[in-house]
Amino acid sequence: MTDKQAIVQLRVAPHLRHAPSVDQIMRNVVYALLPICAFAIYQFGLSALALILVTTLACTSTEQLFCKLSGKPTTVNDFSAVITGLLLALTLPPGFPLWMAAVAGFIGIALTKVMFGGIGFNVFNPALVGRAFVQAAFPVAITTWTPAFAPDRFSEFIPSSLTLPFMVPEPITDWIKGIPVDGFSGATPLALQKFGEGNQDHVTTDNLDLFLGMTSGSAGETSALLILLCGAYLALRQMMDWRIPTAMLSGAFITAGCFYLFDPQAYPAPLFTLLSGGMMLGAVFMASDMIASPTTPAGVWVYGLLIGFLAVIIRLFGGLPEGVMYAILFGNAASPLIGAATQPRVYGTRRKKVPNR
Amino acid sequence: MHSLNPMNLLRGSFRHGVHPAAHKEQTVDLPIQRVPFGDRYLMPLGQHIGAPSKPVVGVGQRLYRGQIIAEPGAFVSTFLHSPVTGRVIDIGPHRHTDGTFKPAIEIEADPYATQQLPPAQTRDWKKLDITAFIGEVQRAGIVGMGGAAFPAHVKYSIPEGQQITELLVNGAECEPYLTNDHRLMVERPEALLRGIEILLEKLGAARATIGVEANKPDAIEILRDHLSPDLPVEVVSLPVKYPQGAEKMLIKAVYGQEVPAGQLPRDLGVTVNNVGTVVAIADWFDTGMPLIERVVTVSGPGAAYPSNLIVPLGTSVRDVLSFCGGLRSETREVVMGGPMMGSPIASLDVPVMKGTSGILAFTNTETLRPPEYPCIRCGRCLEACPYFLNPSRLARLAKARLFSEMKDYRVQDCVECGSCTFTCPSGIPIVQLIRTAKDNLAHASRKGEPT
Repeated sequence: MTDKQAIVQLRVAPHLRHAPSVDQIMRNVVYALLPICAFAIYQFGLSALALILVTTLACTSTEQLFCKLSGKPTTVNDFSAVITGLLLALTLPPGFPLWMAAVAGFIGIALTKVMFGGIGFNVFNPALVGRAFVQAAFPVAITTWTPAFAPDRFSEFIPSSLTLPFMVPEPITDWIKGIPVDGFSGATPLALQKFGEGNQDHVTTDNLDLFLGMTSGSAGETSALLILLCGAYLALRQMMDWRIPTAMLSGAFITAGCFYLFDPQAYPAPLFTLLSGGMMLGAVFMASDMIASPTTPAGVWVYGLLIGFLAVIIRLFGGLPEGVMYAILFGNAASPLIGAATQPRVYGTRRKKVPNR
Repeated sequence: MHSLNPMNLLRGSFRHGVHPAAHKEQTVDLPIQRVPFGDRYLMPLGQHIGAPSKPVVGVGQRLYRGQIIAEPGAFVSTFLHSPVTGRVIDIGPHRHTDGTFKPAIEIEADPYATQQLPPAQTRDWKKLDITAFIGEVQRAGIVGMGGAAFPAHVKYSIPEGQQITELLVNGAECEPYLTNDHRLMVERPEALLRGIEILLEKLGAARATIGVEANKPDAIEILRDHLSPDLPVEVVSLPVKYPQGAEKMLIKAVYGQEVPAGQLPRDLGVTVNNVGTVVAIADWFDTGMPLIERVVTVSGPGAAYPSNLIVPLGTSVRDVLSFCGGLRSETREVVMGGPMMGSPIASLDVPVMKGTSGILAFTNTETLRPPEYPCIRCGRCLEACPYFLNPSRLARLAKARLFSEMKDYRVQDCVECGSCTFTCPSGIPIVQLIRTAKDNLAHASRKGEPT
């Protein structure tokens, strides 16, 4: 032996591993979300920046707090709470009161994640549960939209952002009127399509504007192009399952296409369906949340198609203009069932013999 | 995660599996060298699958090289032969590769012996009937040389009413680092084809196929050059993928057929043999040399001089490593077998056995465990498992000690190839959890308890 000091260790096979670690994956999701955050800030200014910071801080400190309370080592440095914070901010209206955003972050992490045992155990996407909570609790604030590219957006907040805790924001209709932006009606492309404007039904926004993100809407849901690019980065690094967004967008496209073919006057075009609202962000970053989606190869297709289908149905026939959030939450709830029903056929066997339990 | 590798779309491989870096370049071009004889040899009585052999020699008895020292303890068991000319110095418990003490025969080599085999005894295999042939294979102590060490004669004992039509020779060598089969194919193609000729005739098989992974182009070329028109042998190049060398995966890759659950390859008319096994059969019939030595790859970043070696069985790992210049000081782990399925050894004094294909020295860079996270349900293990099991679910059930529920998920079909663990971002020792569960289930069924 060249060295008698060598310490021989015993480890079990396999002795080689090749996989990005969990925190590497989570960190890369954060990287993929940063350009979208930057675009949101560019579009909506200071308020969007504050919103992103507040939700991220709320999510990470909630996780830290609960780790401390339960006497476990902190799990904040695995970056999963940061993802929840960023995603939450991106789904909220840019002028959403900051204290309400903090509540959403707290609820998302506390009720959905830490209560179930932390990372790996959440049944639902925490960001969406946080958003669903504030949607129910503050229905007015969450449907108050502000125009993109306001000239003073880097020097002043949208007034509603700075509402004091536990206070209801003042209406900002007058503030919006004071902004020299053409043709802003206080409605998102989806709302315009669904409810129309004035005496005009079903106002459609230009697809190119939707694709590039030159519209109003939630802070980070506007640019389909940017979301697709960031998603492609993750898919190429094999840190996101490309099949889920593909399945979800296909499901939405097919469903919307069927209705459109049935009556092009009453229903929106399928391309508009894909490019508007939270469809892209939902498909690429929310539905593809590994923890709350099925693990089986066939299951992810079923899951994606189901969410796409439901999102369009809710949009067309529900009371809200947007249905992606509830569709994904429903898909999350269904994913254990989907997983049980789509267990792969084991080598050498004819049928799945796994009981559904 | 779902693999986008276009190779998967091609015919000619199994589905799923993983792509570990091959790391074969260190030894792939090194000719096989012979390790000189040492002074102590340790032949464990249980170095194959099945019942341990029973010693037929006594302490103090003089032995010649190739002499029978133990006989089969049952049908699934085999003969052992002395790897050297020398003297029995002990029969008793010795440190085994798994860390326990197991009965073994310790032999002291005669330093003045020439270590020549007795004069070549060619055996006329053509005259043997199948029963006599199977007896000869057992008499030669031949076992599967790919690592499992399953007695070869058992494989050739085909029940009444069944017929082997396909002889599949396993030259996949999918384990990273290992090049022993590769070198054997490159250096001894005649012996390999001669073994195939013997097996084809004795088993009555219609044809033979040698499955070789495409990362061994020289072996494929040399084998093809040596094919003769009289012998129905085909060399098939397979896409590189782990675990291609697993029997059932190779069958799927070569014939596109799955072995039905609960059945054996022979039920499809196929028998799978490692190239080392086939060469050992040729050697026995050509020269009368029983299985007393084998080719071993010494490699890994901790090995000073990686090599391909012919090692007499019973040589201690320490002696083999010393011959290759020893270990580098950063070595933290010595593994017997391949890096995906091999076992670490607790002592360098354990012997090379019939199933030892490699001795690998690893440093922390290769083998440091990532911190363990909870399962994030990413599904990578489901995409890796070549048996289409659900390792994520199996690991969860094993952690909850719900072993009998794991049977519903066909835990018994797992061959412990380690692909799931290789690809797990959460660093969960999935395959170890499955092994624990299988042990528990086996233990419970031995005791007749309901599981």
